[in-house]
Amino acid sequence: MEAGSVPAVSRAVSVVVNGEAYEREVDARRLLVHFLRDELDLTGTHVGCDTGNCGACTILVDGEAVKSCMLLAVQADGVEITTVEGLEEDGILSPLQQAFSEHHALQCGYCTPGMLVSATYLLNNNSEPTEDEIRKALQGNICRCTGYVNIIGAVQAVVKGEVSA
Amino acid sequence: MLLREVQYVRPESLAEAVRLLGEYEDARALAGGQSLTNAMKQRVGSPEVVVDLADLTELRRIERAADGSLELGAMVTYAQLVVSPEVAATHPVIGEVAAQIADVQVRNRGTLGGNVCWNDPTNHFPPLLAALEARFTIVGPEGERIVAAEEFFVGVFMTAVGPGELLAKVTIPAAGGTGTGFASVTVGRDGTCIVNAAACVNGGAPRVAIGCVAGTPVRAAAMEQALSGGDLAADAVRAAARGLGETLDPPSDVHATADYRRHLAEILAARAVLQAAERAR
Repeated sequence: MEAGSVPAVSRAVSVVVNGEAYEREVDARRLLVHFLRDELDLTGTHVGCDTGNCGACTILVDGEAVKSCMLLAVQADGVEITTVEGLEEDGILSPLQQAFSEHHALQCGYCTPGMLVSATYLLNNNSEPTEDEIRKALQGNICRCTGYVNIIGAVQAVVKGEVSA
Repeated sequence: MLLREVQYVRPESLAEAVRLLGEYEDARALAGGQSLTNAMKQRVGSPEVVVDLADLTELRRIERAADGSLELGAMVTYAQLVVSPEVAATHPVIGEVAAQIADVQVRNRGTLGGNVCWNDPTNHFPPLLAALEARFTIVGPEGERIVAAEEFFVGVFMTAVGPGELLAKVTIPAAGGTGTGFASVTVGRDGTCIVNAAACVNGGAPRVAIGCVAGTPVRAAAMEQALSGGDLAADAVRAAARGLGETLDPPSDVHATADYRRHLAEILAARAVLQAAERAR
């Protein structure tokens, strides 16, 4: 019988996170968000509600936005992941990150990693979203500080190219 | 959250998945995990073994069968349904309803099969699939069996999929000029559903199914009968919906009283039929 076909309480996981390959033996009961934070020390991805509602733990898995508290780490075997730490390049913020800073799109900042990843996913798939489309795309991300206005404004600034380099 | 210890396996074929589900007592199929993971966190479901269906690519297909019916693999995600040209061409309502479920992240992972097998009575797909007279292909150690929506949805969180079995696909009969409508009232936009209704019009009596009022979708038999003459004008449809509420025994909860649900059922059933009639033209 092949190795993969026997149930086990842990599994060897090969995963590429922000361009770097990792191999770890991971407990089946470990959630992906805890694997990223506690084993890979990528603490930018936040645990908010831990029930799949708030979106603070949003990451890209093979380019698709998902909530990392709603996946087991073993389910990520063989995938490519981007976390909020993977959005900047060589210390230069992405246009969205820059726009969030310029537009005061955060207060406490707890939701920001998820907001940034969800907004990145939106712009990767739709470079000119309307305000309605932006709101719909961020529906799975809850912010209890800003009232969303400045977050929407930051995304719109990137769409319009109004971000300082 | 730290889950209770669990064993994980990711089979490479449907046959192997069925074997594993049969071999281990208290094994659960893991599709998108957008419900099961939460159930495991809350300890309301604590399977010994989760059988991850992620590698079963044959369950991710959307196809038009030779007879014109639409075949949706159990692992098809809501996001796939939203953008599928096959769905848009035959039953656009399926894509529209998928687009209303939760949010982008959940739609990227959540699956049609997971939705119906979980059978949360507040889900949108059970009444919609009941109105569409969908057929469910269940695979088990003895082979395949196909059940109708009436038999598939058994009760709250219960379906005809038994231990050791797996839902493989959902088949929607050929559209053939039919129109389908869907209406719901939810807590906030795209939140928990209070009542939903789906209707399918195809010449004769429309089929109408109400959700969130019982453990399984409820067909509005008297309303269907009243409309069997084919007059689907707005006044006739609203008149036919009157009295539907009295036939229902919905729950009262934090979101709505039973009486409000009875009221909504009549309003939403009429809206669904009128939308279906409009589209059938």
